Amino acid sequence: MATTPFEYAPAPESRSIVDIKPSYGLFVNGEFVDGHGKSFKTISPSTEEVLAEIAEADEADVDAAVRAARKAYDKVWSRMPGRERAKYLYRIARIIQERSRELAVLESIDNGKPIKESRDVDIPIVAAHFFYYAGWADKLEYAGRGTDPQPLGVAGQIIPWNFPLLMLAWKIAPALACGNTVVLKPAETTPLTALLFAEICQQADLPPGVVNIITGAGGTGQALVGHPGIDKVAFTGSTDVGKAIARTVAGTDKKVTLELGGKAANIVFDDAPLDQAVEGIVTGIFFNQGHVCCAGSRLLVQESIADELLAKLKRRMSTLRIGDPLDKNTDIGAINSAEQLARIRELSDIGEAEGAGRWSPECELPSHGFWFPPTLFTGVTQAHRIAREEIFGPVLSVLTFRTPAEAVEKANNTPYGLSAGVWTEKGSLILHMANQLRAGVVWANTFNKFDPTSPFGGFKESGYGREGGRHGLEAYLK
Amino acid sequence: MTPTSTVLGAGLDDVTRSEASLRRFLHGLPGVDQVGAEARAAGLGTRSIKTTAKEFALDLAIRMVDLTTLEGADTPGKVRALASKAMRPDPADPDCPSVAAVCVYPDMVATVKETLGSSGVHVAAVATAFPSGRAALDIKLADTADAVEAGADEIDMVIDRGAFLSGRYQQVYDEIVATKAACGRPDGNDAHLKVIFETGELQTYDNVRRASWLAMMAGADFIKTSTGKVQPAATLPVTMIMVEAVRDFRELTGQMVGVKPAGGIRTSKDAIKYLVMVNEVAGQDWLDPHWFRFGASTLLNDLLMQRTKMKTGRYSGPDYFTLD
Repeated sequence: MATTPFEYAPAPESRSIVDIKPSYGLFVNGEFVDGHGKSFKTISPSTEEVLAEIAEADEADVDAAVRAARKAYDKVWSRMPGRERAKYLYRIARIIQERSRELAVLESIDNGKPIKESRDVDIPIVAAHFFYYAGWADKLEYAGRGTDPQPLGVAGQIIPWNFPLLMLAWKIAPALACGNTVVLKPAETTPLTALLFAEICQQADLPPGVVNIITGAGGTGQALVGHPGIDKVAFTGSTDVGKAIARTVAGTDKKVTLELGGKAANIVFDDAPLDQAVEGIVTGIFFNQGHVCCAGSRLLVQESIADELLAKLKRRMSTLRIGDPLDKNTDIGAINSAEQLARIRELSDIGEAEGAGRWSPECELPSHGFWFPPTLFTGVTQAHRIAREEIFGPVLSVLTFRTPAEAVEKANNTPYGLSAGVWTEKGSLILHMANQLRAGVVWANTFNKFDPTSPFGGFKESGYGREGGRHGLEAYLK
Repeated sequence: MTPTSTVLGAGLDDVTRSEASLRRFLHGLPGVDQVGAEARAAGLGTRSIKTTAKEFALDLAIRMVDLTTLEGADTPGKVRALASKAMRPDPADPDCPSVAAVCVYPDMVATVKETLGSSGVHVAAVATAFPSGRAALDIKLADTADAVEAGADEIDMVIDRGAFLSGRYQQVYDEIVATKAACGRPDGNDAHLKVIFETGELQTYDNVRRASWLAMMAGADFIKTSTGKVQPAATLPVTMIMVEAVRDFRELTGQMVGVKPAGGIRTSKDAIKYLVMVNEVAGQDWLDPHWFRFGASTLLNDLLMQRTKMKTGRYSGPDYFTLD
């Protein structure tokens, strides 16, 4: 019986809803101002097209932003009753929903992630975070921090490039709900949605200075962290930078939360629902091109089902669609930057050199932009570098285990401890594993699920402090 | 009388030897996580199918339709009209493909067969005390033999859901084997056997997966979700579980089995979601009327309307398409 291939025709989302300006300034005290530093370009990682010129904030700019935030904190925001702050947060949440398509398209252009993820995952959770913390703003005395919890002051917040708008929401929503004001620095490769968020703050009539957004690279971040005028540092990003921040802040009275790297174990037992486990493995490591700090980058599979599971996984990986992030049928988009692509390549080559079996489905990669195929390494052991270091890309290391105790031992044998996954039909085994895994989040029969009501954060080198949920308020209250 | 020894791999021969081994095997299949399965089906449902891919899908879906009438009020006139439509779904467009089959009660088979002639459209008959399956085995087999004798190319049987739900797997297995035998013709040109689970009554995805394996081991040519008489009928996740089962069965035995969702699929958009799911879960081999069917009565006209829209750029009203 002859069959014709079912080739999906391109289904691109229109870019016309997004208006990208040729250049952007800094958002300080409710207005866009020119920066004093040089400017830099942000590009689309899927095409390498230059999108806009972005201002780089120098120390003077950082100082101006912190002063604006301090003034807004002292004069307006900390004095405002919680129910009034809530109104602003609700208003921001609703504008995010109204402008969700614009935000999703811009996020995909600037970050390289597939539109189906920015549209169906990122932006809805962004709105949900503002709604959720809006609900807390007038109920802080019930948060378990005493009857009269107080805000900390000005928060300096630095966010990464993997979930630009989502990380912004995780940082800004609880800070504002608790009465703090913020100076936020988005990553240098993905500043555009944060700058669109600045416009949303204007649209919501947020008092000037409550939210300030300064763009720039590491130097700008250092200036922000080191500024004496901030009371709190919140950072999400690499463990190395996290350690540097911890050193800078040590000895001051600044409060710090760090959400850093991970090397999560996704543990599949022999009684697992296999087809769903395969989906969970795919979601765990190929969601957002593996640019996820809690990605399930180490697959620990029980030896008795390893062959069967790997066959299923390879077949499933062959159906992943790689390409234009704006195509609605794209599953895997572009790697965020040339630098990140180089790191993924380097570590993958090391994996091969150390003797692990490398496999990728046949797929054509676009000729422009930064791309890496979904990749699987078999025969990996704890001694391989790819089993220990965070790759932050679509690269999965497969290890095997024989007993639950061995699975726990291997899962915990890592400098990190952000997340883990357990796949089994046996409820008691899930609870047994969850109790022993040293990870901030343990997903059972699912992976990479996020919700504003659920706290998120790490053990060991994955950082400290929690974001999300009632626990997330603690980081912004005294 | 035991097709297992010829069609199944040696491994599965032992499985069907006793009630206990059958139960051990079916309960040893990997479980289905409901939340995960439904999320996966919903994800596949968001694929955006446009232009050439949509044209391909619409024509393929038309070729996969089992145009169905299963009413107490069916008459020769009614089924003749349906058979005519099956051959020429769109009288205004000779390029429009025929559907796969016309599905009727056994007593209507001869009439339909006569109308269809050598058009290539198959006659499918529901049998085995459809839709409840509540009759003695010899009556079910006589029902089947009657339809086969009248010229049915395909038999849609129902399983005994009571037996299945009370764990009498051997009984269900034996009934399928016996019905398959009743599909035989002296010339060896046997009628294809489609086994209907009535997934709305089996309820859990674990049951659907077990029923799928049970039927395939018993020699089913097709596994089918529903009679169309019970709600919910076909759903995307239920069909996906069955498609996973036929995929895994081929992996193990080399044998291909077809899948037929029936009941409740009314729009082209829905039909395309099923095709996308089949394409991505089982692969292109199943994108063929020989291996995938839609049991439907109202779906066809929506497919025709969308097809005309693709060709002309305009929607025409329902009156531009024949009722039956």
